[in-house]
Formats: sequence, C-alpha cells, structure tokens
Amino acid sequence: MSVLVNKDTKVICQGFTGKQGTFHSEQAIAYGTQMVGGVTPGKGGSEHLGLPVFNTVRDAVETTGANATVIYVPAPFCKDSIIEAAEAGVELIVCITEGIPTLDMLEAKIVVDQNDVRLIGPNCPGIITPDECKIGIMPGHIHMRGKVGIVSRSGTLTYECVKQTADLGYGQSTCIGIGGDPIPGTSFIDALQLFQEDPETEAILMVGEIGGSAEEEAAEYIQSNVTKPVAAYIAGVTAPTGKRMGHAGAIISGGKGTADEKFAALEKAGVTTTRNPSELGLAVKTATGW
Amino acid sequence: MNLHEYQAKQLFRAYGMPVPNGVVAASPEEAETAVGQLSTPKVVVKAQVHAGGRGKAGGVKLVDSAAEAKEWAAEKLGTNLVTYQTDANGQPVNQILVEETCNIASELYLGAVVDRATQRIVFMASTEGGVEIEKVAEETPEKILKATVDPLVGVMPYQARELGFGLGLNPDQIKQFTKLLMGLGKLFIDKDLALVEINPLVITAEGNLLCLDGKINVDSNAMYRLADLQSMRDVSQEDARELEASKWDLNYVSLDGNIGCMVNGAGLAMATMDTIALYGGFPANFLDVGGGATKERVSAALELILSDSKVKAILINIFGGIVRCDMIAEGIIAAVGEKGISVPVVVRLEGTNAEEGLKLLDNSGLNLIGASNLAEAAQKAVEVSGA
Repeated sequence: MSVLVNKDTKVICQGFTGKQGTFHSEQAIAYGTQMVGGVTPGKGGSEHLGLPVFNTVRDAVETTGANATVIYVPAPFCKDSIIEAAEAGVELIVCITEGIPTLDMLEAKIVVDQNDVRLIGPNCPGIITPDECKIGIMPGHIHMRGKVGIVSRSGTLTYECVKQTADLGYGQSTCIGIGGDPIPGTSFIDALQLFQEDPETEAILMVGEIGGSAEEEAAEYIQSNVTKPVAAYIAGVTAPTGKRMGHAGAIISGGKGTADEKFAALEKAGVTTTRNPSELGLAVKTATGW
Repeated sequence: MNLHEYQAKQLFRAYGMPVPNGVVAASPEEAETAVGQLSTPKVVVKAQVHAGGRGKAGGVKLVDSAAEAKEWAAEKLGTNLVTYQTDANGQPVNQILVEETCNIASELYLGAVVDRATQRIVFMASTEGGVEIEKVAEETPEKILKATVDPLVGVMPYQARELGFGLGLNPDQIKQFTKLLMGLGKLFIDKDLALVEINPLVITAEGNLLCLDGKINVDSNAMYRLADLQSMRDVSQEDARELEASKWDLNYVSLDGNIGCMVNGAGLAMATMDTIALYGGFPANFLDVGGGATKERVSAALELILSDSKVKAILINIFGGIVRCDMIAEGIIAAVGEKGISVPVVVRLEGTNAEEGLKLLDNSGLNLIGASNLAEAAQKAVEVSGA
C-alpha cells in the first residue's frame, strides 16, 4: 500500500514535448513510472520518448486510460491546463509549475473540487511512492521504500526528510510535496488523512513553513483524527515580517503566520517537533520510539 | 508589488470609487502649483512611500497655503521617511500627494484579501477606521464584518448591503457603499490584487463616503498580464540588493546578520538561516538560487552576498537533486576562484554526486570548508564568522 500513486498509476504529461516535460518524463520512465503518453496541442499523432502525443487531455485519457497527469506548462497557461485535466476525467493532477497567479488558482481549485479530482501543487516537487511511481522533479535515487509518510510545503526540505529517514533505515511509504503557494490543491489535512488511512504508513513527518494557517489547522486535525505518531518541523523562525521568502505563500503578514505560532500549535496537539532541520529523522525516532 | 497611495487612488477613481481631488507633485514648485488647482481652503500634503504609519512619522501635514505646501515639499522631497513599518533607513520620498480636505464625521475601514483558509476573496469592513486593523482583529474581532466572495461570481450587491447595514449606514450611504464595493470587487479581480485597504473610508460631514487613504498590493505572479500596472512599479522603494537579485531571477531578502547564505530551494534556505541562528549565529540574507544553480547564477549570487559589507562568512548549502553536486562544485570553484573571495566559505553538498563534488572542492586549493550536513555547516560558519 501507499497513498495516491503506485505501480498501477497511468500517467500522462501536459507540456510533454517541452524542455521540462521531456527531461522529467525521461527521468520518470527510467524510475519505472508507468508513463502512457503526453499532451502537446498541435503535435497530436506524433511520438515522443516512444510514447504517443495527443492534442487534448481528453484524447489522451480516452486512448490510454490514464488516471493521472503531471503539468509542466508555463504559469500563464496552468489554469487552463488544470481545468482541462479536471474535466477530462483524470483522478490525480500534479502541477509542478511555479508562479501561477493566485486568482487563477482560486478559480482552478473551484473547478477541481467540483469534479472531485485530487490536485497536488502547484509550485511543488510532486509525489513519489518509492520503487513504484515517481511523478515530479524529485531525485528518485535518494528514496527508500518504507514506513514514513512525508508531507511538505518545500521541495529541497522534502529531500532532507527523505535522506534522513532513509539513513535511519525507516524509508518512505509516499512523499507528497504540497507546494509553496498560498492556494495549494492538497492541504496538510488532506495528506494527513490519507497517511492515517494507509496501512503501510506507520509514522508521519510533516514540514511546514511561515505564512498562512495551514499548520495550525493541521494541528487541530491531528489532535482529533490522527492516531499515528507525527513529527514536524517549521522553516522560517528567523524570517522577517512582511517579506516573501521565495515561495509565494511564505510570508508573515500582520504578525500572523509565524513559525513560533505553528510550532506551538503542533506541540499542543502532541506532535513531536524539532527546531533543527538536521534532526528530522531523529524527530521521527523520538515520536515513534523506533 | 506595492503601489503608492496616489496610484491606488487613481485605480479607485477609474473604478468609480469616491476619492478626494488631488495632484501628485515631484518638486516643491509642483506642490505649490498643485494647491492652486484644488478648491478647499486647506489642503493636505502626504509623502508617498511604500509604508504605513506616515502620519505619526511626520509624513502627512495639513497646510493653509501654496507657500506652506512648497516649503513642506522642499523639506521632505529627497529625504527618507522612517516609520514604524520601515527599517532604520526609511523609504525615500520622491513624490508628494497634494489633496483637498474634507470634514470627517466618522472613519470606517474597508479591505480585501485572498483568504488562504477559505480559498476565496474576503472583504472586511469595520466601524473602527483609522487604526490598525490587526489591533481591531485581536482586541474586538466582533467589530470586523466579513463577506466571502467567489472569484467566479464576483461581489454581489446583497453582500454590500449586508456589510453596509452592519456598519450602520443610512439608505443613501448604502447606495454609495454598494457602488463602491462593486467597484472595488471588480478592481480586485481585474488587477489581480493580493490585498487592498481603504483605511480610513470616511463619512464626511455631508454624509458622503470618501476613500481617504489607499493601499494596494498586486500579485507579482500576475504582473505579466497587467501592462498598465508595470509602469507603476517604483524601484526606488525596493531594497537595492533585492532589486539586483530580481534581475538574475534569484530570490533574495536582506537580513541584519553577518553570515551570507546561498541555498537551493526556498524552504531549505529558510531552514539554513534558522540553523545558523540555532547555533548562535546571524544570517545576513535569505537567498534561493533555485534548481538551475549554474556557474553564472552561483557567481551572481556570490557577488550579491559580498556586496553586503556586513558579511564575514558565507554558507553554501546545496541539496543536489536533478542538479548534480559535482557540477555545482565546479560552479563554486570557478566563481570563488575568479573573485578571490577573502571571507571564509563553508560548503555543504548533499544528494546527487555529493562525494565527487566535495572531492573537487578539496582538490581546488581554494579556502573552502567542507561539511557533510547542515548542522555541521552552520556550526562551522558561525565559528568562522566570529559570532
């Protein structure tokens, strides 16, 4: 078991023949992901990386039976791409692209929800179930199949989690990068619920950062709904107020969304926290008693 | 991207919202002339900077004559205004808004933001205008009225009525408020706003609504489709190094410490700053070089870090994913070698080809201090920074 993706997940790529789409599709294929085709409007009928190219997501889904899509198209076109995927009947949309206007995401999210589709991202590394399915830009080889579910707003911090849980021999069930934007398709709560229900996941490691209140909401959810051990880290204790720290969503505004508040909320919910990002694996060890 | 008050008011006017008559002046002479174009006996002169708290900082004044406006403008233009929202240097005053005055009966607050929790646009109104809304939210949250707006639908007139009656407006004011809120809703969506505040929105002695101040923050990700707002960007209000960084597409934020940081990934960059602080040091900056940390970008990033004279040590923290650490090591060696950097540089490489990368650094003959994890790197950087 794992969550959302496994060896049976059939994936297409939107923006398939572009530079990013090509490079990361090659990597995904090499990892063993079941890539079944891609979409580039106007190139339908041709072949790319040995896979069929379609003009529309609907054509791709009907022909290949794909149930997941990964989006590498440029930010100005992502709202269209996400909505196209949502209405073409895929179950999972993973949007890697950074820099999508917030209002575009507000609107796209409404359509995604109406179609009961799961969206991961945008502005995220993607999702991986080690040894089965890699959708996104994360380096596959650092992962190790195992028992920790990882959910994070940051890409490279997810890799830290992966490395440290692998070094301790725990491995990962599934890693979900929910992304650094203010309007994420999948929230911490969504991911926590999935990990709680997944028998292979024995503990959860979550990495948040400054901005918004998603971590506080997750803390409340954990308190009443999550029985598995949870360890957490929040980035940005030293971040100044009012400055956007790289991610569109990482900003302390009006004194709200600080790392200290988030740590406090998680600690109150019984989550094992660490203030040292070199001790993410150790925090899991403490939380679980492994 | 932030707008000046006068720019916000230009947009308000274009969307049918009531604003006082005003003229922007960039010189004392223009300020003097401006007074003659206005019809109230007294006028208000307001320094245009990207920061709140101008009133208390001496950035706003009521004047009686054109001569007085000219004198005040001469005193303020070209100086920096320090408010509780700016740093110790303040923000440069390059323009002054000269505006008609009005008799104020009461002050309201009106604002809108993209609310992350509900994933909608939320409009907020309060009878407690003229003060910081954060304070109202904390002390008397019941005094903030809210309307949640679906971006696909926009503001509905009933929402304006709900807020308006809640504010205690009379029927004629409700009509004005509805027009104002519908305009503001359209402006918010048309121009991809992230935040708008009218504080205060006043009721004049004559019983009319008037937007006395205006603050607008535009979603930077949407600037590509906002041609008319691009020209409103005022780079004089931005940090010089942050501006330089944006030319290289690097995410950089200035901080007060002495350890310069170069990291790939925003979350890891924050975590690096936090770890430095954890070991008793002080980060000089946030810097995300992004995924494609090529030699050119590494070089530009180092230049940026070193342009800050406070920097006494540099910590480079790279988790190689798709990008190989040996390639990054080559970039670092080339950049450091070319520049002849005099401060110690601590490098932590992890992930793809990290060992090869570290070996290259070792053999480079340069004064680079290697580290295998973030904690060790931070400790070493703190040590050599002399904290």
